Amino acid sequence: MNENTPVIQARNLDLTFQTNDGPVHALKDVSLDIMKGDFVSFIGPSGCGKTTFLRVVAALEEPTGGTVTVNGMSPDDARRARAYGYVFQAAGLYPWRTIEGNIKLPLEIMGYPKSEQDDHVKRVLELVDLAGFGKKFPWQLSGGMQQRASIARALAFDADILLMDEPFGALDEIVRDHLNEQLLELWDKTHKTIGFVTHSIPEAVYLSTKIVVMSPRPGRITDVIENTLPRERPLDIRDTPEFLEIAHRVREGLRAGHAYDD
Amino acid sequence: MIKSALSVLTVVAAIIGIWYLACIPMNMHEAVQQAERAGAEVTPAKAIDRLQMGGIALALKNPGLVGGAFGQERPRLPSPEQVAAELWKTTGAMAANGRAFSKRSLIFHGWITLSATLLGFVFGTGLGILLAVGIVHSRAMDMSVMPWAIASQTIPILALAPMIIVVLNSVGLQGLIPKAIISAYLSFFPVVVGMVKGLRAPDAMQLDLMRTYNATRAQTFWKLRLPASMPYLFASLKIGISASLIGAIVGELPTGAVRGLGARMLTGSYYGQTIQIWSALFAAAILAAVLVGLIGLIQRLTLKRMGIQA
Repeated sequence: MNENTPVIQARNLDLTFQTNDGPVHALKDVSLDIMKGDFVSFIGPSGCGKTTFLRVVAALEEPTGGTVTVNGMSPDDARRARAYGYVFQAAGLYPWRTIEGNIKLPLEIMGYPKSEQDDHVKRVLELVDLAGFGKKFPWQLSGGMQQRASIARALAFDADILLMDEPFGALDEIVRDHLNEQLLELWDKTHKTIGFVTHSIPEAVYLSTKIVVMSPRPGRITDVIENTLPRERPLDIRDTPEFLEIAHRVREGLRAGHAYDD
Repeated sequence: MIKSALSVLTVVAAIIGIWYLACIPMNMHEAVQQAERAGAEVTPAKAIDRLQMGGIALALKNPGLVGGAFGQERPRLPSPEQVAAELWKTTGAMAANGRAFSKRSLIFHGWITLSATLLGFVFGTGLGILLAVGIVHSRAMDMSVMPWAIASQTIPILALAPMIIVVLNSVGLQGLIPKAIISAYLSFFPVVVGMVKGLRAPDAMQLDLMRTYNATRAQTFWKLRLPASMPYLFASLKIGISASLIGAIVGELPTGAVRGLGARMLTGSYYGQTIQIWSALFAAAILAAVLVGLIGLIQRLTLKRMGIQA
């Protein structure tokens, strides 16, 4: 694959859910390129289709129109090729498995030999700063640590793409700041391509190389903002004028999409 | 620990107290009659008048004879110590004499019932789990099996048990197996219901996660659905084992009351041996409590091993 081919390419994507209250237009005419190593945030109000888009990429939803390719394949083939790791809003760790056991889950399913599994677990636990917690059970960890463990689980099988659906949405702001910092560090170390759904403007601006602003009814893209902040981002970058300017542009994009209307 | 033991003991003491009190009105007529035969003064003097009276009124008229309500040979309601003595006589005392498996021993009859219970429980649980797995994985089974399972439980087992015994007898099956089948018939149902719920316990997110791993159905079953169903399974097993025991006892009634706790209850009622009925009842209750307790223990050990906080 050429360096300049997008890892994820969506063209005129449409998705309509048939519900009892009539059709819901979750995605309308969504076109987007995500390049290798990009950190793309999807931001918008509830119902704007940001999660749906991520689920289409992950082949968890079937689009009703348009095309999407992941690593040049159909999303379903990409899923079978285990091209991505998916992190959900809830950590969703199995309470009957230790942290180690949880991280091994995808490895067991994918048939990694036992000897390799331990190496993978050790490596990703270090990546998410949970070394030494492998033998603990999920309930023995805080919410933030559980979410880190679930990120480790998504990283365990070395997929190049990481899809994250509001992974820090249920956590308090202080924990969130900390996890944002760690996520940037992790992204810098692993060079993964990340798709990240969020409700939070500061989170989107702080993390991304590219911010996709979406609006609801029908779910569509209203703006794609290239983030000009340097890759080296201490937490207090959020007080700089550059940061605030980009945040302002995101807010403008949301307003243009009537995100603030009732 | 001490506090909860104390409250349990209080409840037990209250039950025994009520039981003793209930013996008075239940057995008063017999007590007064026996006293009359022995030549004592009783009020009212005429038996026909006494029959019109309630037990409590009779006790109030003859306060001196209340003691006769206890320790009768064939009381309407035996007192706790009579039942306890009979229980001991037919278990511990016989075992001490090396006659634990004599036909008069409750250990022997209990074992007969227990073996049918356990075999039926294994059948029923196995069938229940298999049906639940089918129901969760096949839409056709989901639609077709559940109504039949529910219908099966609406038929009174007392009506069905003799037919099962007769039909199986005509194909040459008798003794343990027919009783176990009746047990299984009662115990598979809670297991089906519990396991269907348990196997469906993983939420959409958990199933999506499995999908992102491209997990097969079998992998999803073994790694997600089955472990997630364990707490539900154990809750069902507790109901299932007591249902099994009831099934085994009911299965012993139509066979001519030869062996087993059910047989003891039936012969007791043939011959007006209330003490024998009550001691068999208690033996069954104690057996059920032990079985449920055992499953509770296995549950605790299993869930603890699985790291689940029960």
